[in-house]
Order: sequence, then C-alpha cells, then structure tokens
Amino acid sequence: MTDSTMPAPRLTLVQRLKRPKALIVLSLLMVIPLIAYVMFGEPLARAGIREIVLIPAIPATLILYALAMSSWRESWVAILGGTLVFFWVFVAVSVPFLPLLDPNKPIRPFAQPGTEVGDITFWLGTDLKGRDMLSRMLWGCQRVLVWGVTATAVAYVVGCIFGLVAGYISGIWDEIISFVSNVLLSFPVMVLFILILNYLGPSGFNIVIAVTFASAPAIMRIVRGLALDNKTRDYVFAAQTRGEHPFRIMVVELLPNVRGPIIVDACLRLGYTTVAITTLTFLGLGLQPPDPDWGLMIKEASNLMVWQFSYMLLIPALAVSSLILGFNLMADGLREMSLRD
Amino acid sequence: MLKLIARRLLQMVLIMAVVSLILFVVFDSDKFKKQIAVAELGGFSVAAMTDDDYQKWLKSKGLDVPVYERYAQWVGGLLQGDFGKSFEKNAPVSKVMGDRLLNTGILAFWVFFLMIPLSLVFGIVAGMKEGSFQDRSVSFIAVFTTSIPEIATAILLTVIVALGLGWVPAKSAMTGGWNSAELILPVLTLVLYDFGYVARMTRASMAEVMTSQYIRTAVLKGIPYARVIMRHALRNALIAPFTVIVLQLNWLLSGVVVVEVFFQFNGFGKMLLEAALFGDVYVIQAATLVAVFVAVLSQIISDVGYTFLNPRIRFS
Repeated sequence: MTDSTMPAPRLTLVQRLKRPKALIVLSLLMVIPLIAYVMFGEPLARAGIREIVLIPAIPATLILYALAMSSWRESWVAILGGTLVFFWVFVAVSVPFLPLLDPNKPIRPFAQPGTEVGDITFWLGTDLKGRDMLSRMLWGCQRVLVWGVTATAVAYVVGCIFGLVAGYISGIWDEIISFVSNVLLSFPVMVLFILILNYLGPSGFNIVIAVTFASAPAIMRIVRGLALDNKTRDYVFAAQTRGEHPFRIMVVELLPNVRGPIIVDACLRLGYTTVAITTLTFLGLGLQPPDPDWGLMIKEASNLMVWQFSYMLLIPALAVSSLILGFNLMADGLREMSLRD
Repeated sequence: MLKLIARRLLQMVLIMAVVSLILFVVFDSDKFKKQIAVAELGGFSVAAMTDDDYQKWLKSKGLDVPVYERYAQWVGGLLQGDFGKSFEKNAPVSKVMGDRLLNTGILAFWVFFLMIPLSLVFGIVAGMKEGSFQDRSVSFIAVFTTSIPEIATAILLTVIVALGLGWVPAKSAMTGGWNSAELILPVLTLVLYDFGYVARMTRASMAEVMTSQYIRTAVLKGIPYARVIMRHALRNALIAPFTVIVLQLNWLLSGVVVVEVFFQFNGFGKMLLEAALFGDVYVIQAATLVAVFVAVLSQIISDVGYTFLNPRIRFS
C-alpha cells in the first residue's frame, strides 16, 4: 500500500500469485473452460476442441488449491472444506481424461457394486438402465458445479448492482428496489422456483434465471446494508471530492472494501444453489436427461425402494452432501479467519 | 405498536394483490391454457382439436374471459370466502387445500415439538462454555446436519431405518388410511435438517449473554452455577432463538416440498408442485396466498414478540 514511496520489495512467485489480480485470473482460468465445456459443448465438439478447452483449467485448479491450503493453514475447518470443494472441482475439470466407462452407455442393469463382467469391474455397480454408477457420479459433478457457479455469479452481479444503487444513491431508487425485493422475498423460495421454472420450462439457463430471482433480493439487502454503512467513510468522501463518477465510486471504491462478508455469503449461497439445483432436478423441473446429474440419479432411483439396490440412491446423496459440506465448512472457516484479523 | 402491526398488515395485503395479479397474468398465457388442456384431455385429442373446439373447451372452463375480468371475479369470490375451483380435482379449492394444509400442519406440529427442545438444549449446553469440548462438538454436529441437504437426509434415513432395519414404512402416502408410523421419517428428516440452524443461533445468543457483566456479577456473588444459568442467563438468552424459531414456520412451508414429494406424503408442498405442473391456477393462487400470509404473519409475530420480550428495543 505504501509502495509509491518505497522501492517495491521483490516478491516470491507464491506471494505474487496470492495477490488479488492473480487469484482472479487463476479462478477465471479454472471456471471459464468448465462453463464453456458444459454449456457450449456442441459447437466446441464440432470444432474438434471440446476436450482441449479443459486442459488449462487443470493446472489452474491445482495451483489455486495449493495457494488456498497455504493461506488457510490456521483454520482446519477451512482446510477440510476447501479440500472437499477442490476435489470435486478437480474431478469436474479432469473427468474427460479419466479412464472411465461412458456414463450414458447401458451395459448391464442392476449390477451390484464390485461386480466383474468380462474385463470390466463396476466398482460402484450400475443403475437400473445398466449405466456405470462410478462414471455417472464423477460426470454428474460437472453439471451441478457449472450451473451452480453460473447461477450464483449472475445472482451476485444483479444483487450487487441493485444493492449498490439502493445503498449509495438511495432516495426514490431505494424505495422502488426495496419494495420489489420485499415482494420477491415474501414468496417462499420453493414456490418461486417452481413457478418460474414451470413458466419458462425446465433447462439449465432457466435455473440461472430462477436462482437470480430468488437470491438477488437477499444479496441486494446485504450489499445495500454494507453500502449504507460504508458511504459515510472518509475514503468515499475523498473520492467524491476528487470528482469521481458515482459509478466508479460504487464499483472501484465501495465494492472491494466490502468484499469480506460478501465472499463468506457467496460460499454459503453456492451451497444453497447447489442444493436447489439438485432438488429441482429431482422434482423434474431442472436439468433434463440423459446426461448424468446427481438430482436425476436420485429421481430415477427414487421409486426403487429395495435394500439391495439402495446404493443407487446413496451414491448421489453422499456425493451432493460432501460438496455442500465442503462449501459450508469453507464459509465457516473463512468467517472464523476474518473475525480473527 | 398497533400502528406498526397495521402498517405491516397493509403491506401484506398490497404484496398479496401484486403477487396474485402477476400470477394471473402469467397463467393467462396461451402456453398455460394449452398445458391445462393437454393435462386434462391428453396430448392427442388436443392436437386433433379444431380451433372452434378449443375455443368451446376454453369457454366451458371459463378461460375465454379477458384476464382482468377473471381477476376481478376471483377477487370478488375471495372476499366472500370462495377460492375458486380446482381444474385438476374438479372440486372447490378450499376443500382440496384444507385437507392438505391439515396434513402439513400435523407434520409441522411434530417437527416443532421435537426440534425446539432439542435445539434449545444443545444450543444452551454449547453456549454455556464457549470454546469448550461440548461447544465444539455441538457446533460441528450442527454444521454437519445442516450441510446435508434434505433430499440426502431423506435418502439416508430411508435406506437405514426403513429398508435396512425395516422399522417403519419407506413411503408415507397413507393409502390405507391415517398411519402415524408413516409420519416418522418425514418428521425426522425435517428435524435433523433444521435443528442445527436453531441450535447455532441459540448457542451464539447464549455465548453472548454469558460474557455480559451481570452474569459475572452473579457468579462472583456466589450464586450456584445452575441457578445463574437457569434464572439469570436463560431469560435473556432465549429472546433471539424465539425469533428464529417463529421464522422457521415460513421455511417449513417451502422446505417441505421436496420431503413431501420424496415420501409421497399428501401435504401442502406436494399439492403445490402438482398444481404448478398441471397449470391449476386457482390452487396455485390460493397456495401462494397462504404461503405469503404465513411468511408475513410469522415476521410480525417474531417482531412483536421480540419487542415484548425485550423492552429495550423500540420500533420507531
């Protein structure tokens, strides 16, 4: 911060990578290929580069994981949560390169876990259509992660914009935005999801819209409170005196200064969104077959209430629980660390 | 205080009016009318229908009237206590919804009956000594149980208790009349999912009270520890959890959808999903109004109760 007067100290590579800009670049490098792979799979496959897209994401994920572990050393809760989350992210970016069976190819229905057929071993068995459970479970995390992250990100962009406007500019804008968000918040969340998805039709993009409608009001309230609290600080007055544009003050001055609580909330909300997507898919309102997805796996097996086939329900349930547990523990650890500082 | 309640109720009526108008306009689209036709008559007969037949069908259902007229009619009926008629069940909405609300009410009663004592005891035990072993273990259990989504909790419980041990039925459709054993799994699922959140809130509130001056004074005066907790600490520590518990009412109404669908329990949440998939406007309208009503009412109760329990707070 005082770099302008002192000669810039030489930073090691790790320290350089830990600066916000490098972290943002790395996270984008991790997320964007994954989003492109899942959402725009068709055009990419036609261009013949579908798998190649994911290659830069693998080292980015590993570097981010190493950085996260080294800076979260003080909180074992955050370490545990981060490990769970990064495990699934790593699976998501590397699953096309893993030696797995085709997740959509029926081979032999109702094979128990550990069955050997010829030279293939079904470690986790097969589902009622004969598709390999292990490969379906690992492939399934891709769609959940991609749609969960996208939906949360869009909800955050919308929520932050309205929250900053309502908090910083306030006046009539605050009244209007607050009333609209009160109307949306008075719906029970599930009712809102069901109504929007039923109206727009079930698909990944519509889940993004539904999640935005359901989460943005709550995010807006948080950001609005933070903006109200921060707009009387000296640095904002200084910026106003310099004659900065309100838009610049909101995005460049206010937003980075309130990032702490927002990041913790984002972690929690990623968990909620993932639960919501899985639940909606289970209810038949979310992602559509045949591609593997945890919610779909539960839905397909949910009428099969027999003890010996219960692995079909247990595997996706445990997978989704471990991911959500990871998000929640990570949020808990981050909050703990931010309180300590 | 009365002014505050009146303002909140007025706001609620306003929100209900906006919400119901939006719903009416949304469900007036051609797509939804077609959806109702397909759901009732089947896809083939709708495809084979001429335009005239379709118009006749719309007329027989009363769907050919412009949307504002239908809305006015509906509001008029509502004021006389008439919620309209369900397209799917061909019965008055109030009857369809009444049965389902009763079922969900019984479910909610048992959830609260188990969840409140459990979470309060755990939260207080954890908050009594911040950072102790009991505190850490309760906090970890709470994070763990709330992190497992309801659908996963439902699956784990079904597989272990119903399929593995065979103690209770796996489904709760109540096909052979009312059966209390079928209520156990849905109630357990909801309690397990929700208790962690309330326990953590209680813990935070208790921990805060335990650091306050008057508790230290009480301890230093030599009052027995149990008496300090029971008489002095609890009174103030239970104010915040009260608010949280009342607000759980709102959560329950929407959180119950997936549990009811999974266990095939004929409650409010399952009705809502079925109605939304069928395009049954009047049922959705009534259900949404009930949901909004419960949401606002629980907010008012928690606010009023909070000022009542904690007279230091004043609403301006």
